[in-house]
Amino acid sequence: MNGAPDIETSGLETTIREHLFPFPLPHLLGIQGLAPPHVEALLDLGEAFTGLNRAREKTLGLLRGRTLVNLFFEPSTRTQSSFELAGRRLGADVINMSPRTSAMTKGETLIDTAVTLNAMKPDLLVVRHSASGAAALLSQKVGCAVINAGDGWHEHPSQALLDALTIRRAFGRIEGLTVAICGDVLHSRVARSNVALLSLMGARVRVIGPPTLLPSGVDRWGVEVHRDLREGIRGVDVVMMLRLQLERMDGGFVPSQREYFRYWGLDAEKLRSAAPHAKVMHPGPMNRGVEIDSVVADDPAVSLIQDQVEMGVAMRMAILASLAARLEGGA
Amino acid sequence: MRAFVNARLVDPASGYDGPGAVLVKEGLVFDLVQRPGFEGLAEDVEVTDCGGAMLCPGLVDLRVKSGEPGAEPKETLKSLARAAAAGGVTSVVVQADTSPAIDEPAMVDFVLRRARHIGLVHVHAAGAATRGCRGEQLAEIGLMREAGAVYVGDGDRVIVNSKVMQRVMTYASGFGMPVAHRPRDPWLSDGASTNRGELAGRLGLAGSPAAAETIMLERDLALAELTGASLLVDQLSAAASLDGLARAKRRGVDARATVSINHLSFNEVDMGDYRTFFRLDPPLRTEDDRQSLIDALAGGAIDVVVSAHSPAPAEDKRLPFAEAAPGAVGVETLLPALLALHHEGRVPLLDLLRAVTVRPAEMIGSAAGRLGKGAPADLILVDVHAPVVVDADRLLSKSKNSPFDGRRLQGRVLLTMVGGRVVHEAAEGR
Repeated sequence: MNGAPDIETSGLETTIREHLFPFPLPHLLGIQGLAPPHVEALLDLGEAFTGLNRAREKTLGLLRGRTLVNLFFEPSTRTQSSFELAGRRLGADVINMSPRTSAMTKGETLIDTAVTLNAMKPDLLVVRHSASGAAALLSQKVGCAVINAGDGWHEHPSQALLDALTIRRAFGRIEGLTVAICGDVLHSRVARSNVALLSLMGARVRVIGPPTLLPSGVDRWGVEVHRDLREGIRGVDVVMMLRLQLERMDGGFVPSQREYFRYWGLDAEKLRSAAPHAKVMHPGPMNRGVEIDSVVADDPAVSLIQDQVEMGVAMRMAILASLAARLEGGA
Repeated sequence: MRAFVNARLVDPASGYDGPGAVLVKEGLVFDLVQRPGFEGLAEDVEVTDCGGAMLCPGLVDLRVKSGEPGAEPKETLKSLARAAAAGGVTSVVVQADTSPAIDEPAMVDFVLRRARHIGLVHVHAAGAATRGCRGEQLAEIGLMREAGAVYVGDGDRVIVNSKVMQRVMTYASGFGMPVAHRPRDPWLSDGASTNRGELAGRLGLAGSPAAAETIMLERDLALAELTGASLLVDQLSAAASLDGLARAKRRGVDARATVSINHLSFNEVDMGDYRTFFRLDPPLRTEDDRQSLIDALAGGAIDVVVSAHSPAPAEDKRLPFAEAAPGAVGVETLLPALLALHHEGRVPLLDLLRAVTVRPAEMIGSAAGRLGKGAPADLILVDVHAPVVVDADRLLSKSKNSPFDGRRLQGRVLLTMVGGRVVHEAAEGR
């Protein structure tokens, strides 16, 4: 990363352009519909963008003249800023919209906004909404590429892709690894997308959580289901912790924070039952001391949590660039 | 006078299915013969050669929702009546959970007057069981009965408080009024938009388990036993409910159960990628459930099939699945959808028709639903084999939320007669 940045960047640009491919689908609504070669190609592209993000000159004009709209019906700092940064680094015009769902009926807002958006002629639309299926519905109503940045409990595909890139960089592969996904799986779109993607890429997936926070029929997802964290992470390569919303810990789903941490919170002691080289991930934001102990979260020897944030921008650049390449092809 | 000759006469009340002819006079079936025609008909009799098409009683639909009063953009009594006539449904019972609710005699009278004024099909009204359908205080069950209400029930609303339900049943049975109730545990179904199971888990939707139905059903059956009331179980959806229902019937509990045509035609998988026209209440369940419901209908454990007609305009359906309004229109597609079970060889034709004619008619004390001398001339002529492709946009309901949209079915209503008057005739002859 030393030396003349412009020469460095031009080399990176060549790499990126070599890996650039038109996205196989008109939208990225979920992991469903993607095949392993698509995923590999996306991860390779994400990898190429990682280099760009570490260079001094981080911008590339692949999306110049394109308009990216971030439409977040649910507040999000991390995902929204990650997409915004990705769009700006690719030279797109980025607009952030956060319709206030409280003022109107949620559904009215969604369709009304779609109509408004159509008139603005965006090229790429990143959407987050509290209802499962909202991104798919929106994709039927707008004339641009839709990227699902989280729909209810359903899917959050860019998170799964960035997680996959993080894992691949740490282990050199995904196939054959054992990954444990732990916590509130019931309400987690991150878990659903990750189960789908990791299984697709040949990893063995375990799902661990309190019985009240496991989805109905999870035993038919092709994953191993465990009720006990220590048992569940035995020998695994990756422990992926999920965020637990604090209001769910007030006796509704689990009796208390301390009981939750006792059985399903990850600390250094429990982590010892995983493989010696095991890595820990968390999509953020973390509840320290609830689902994950700070000692584990902040230990650079085991934690990939910072890498996830970094990969977030790179992976989203890859997704945006690939969808834009499809738009070029179509035009 | 009008004669229908050369018909395939199907009368579920008597169990007759064979050649026949019917003579209609002054709104009644004046004569009926089990041979192709009459001898020596007077010259002024209008004769319709049915060409072997099925002539049967018009359908009696115990459960339809109207938008009127209160939500006329969804459906008016007039658009409902036109849709019913086109679907071969000659009697409907509108639900009480309108806005305002049909919870007092003047409201019952309003609906019946409007219907008489429209004059297409027989529109009956269910009266609310509780004031405002709020599940708290008894509605004026006696006065509504005098005004013409045929049973009481709070429509889609659940009477949660068991004490209130006990009083409703006790009081209504004193007036000989059946009590309809949807078995749905409000807590287990809270926030749910579909069946609880693998699919809901995958799609990230909150699901309502079959137990939400069986728990409330067992309560209602126990209360019906306690009070001696006549219970109309509104729309079973789960196979798990059938045992309890059969056991109660064997004990002599006066309970009858309905199933919607949707639950006989679809399962949860039909909603695919969040297709909101398949968002129903109760939710569509598994294929095993659907098959068990069909078996229960064939075996007589389920008594009546309803359309569960529930109009919802596009703005209530073009929403994320969990936010969309539940329900489907159905009064126009009830007959061909039902006939599918006959064409597939699952349920004999007579048994199917019995569940939408004479049985529901008897339950509301109506003389319709049968073909016999002196019966009301509410009858339909149907080409049982004619292929139809359902086009939701062409339905007469103001709302087009049909899960059958695009479905290929068989069975076309050629003519609908109510009280001796033709209220619908298919556009292109026969």
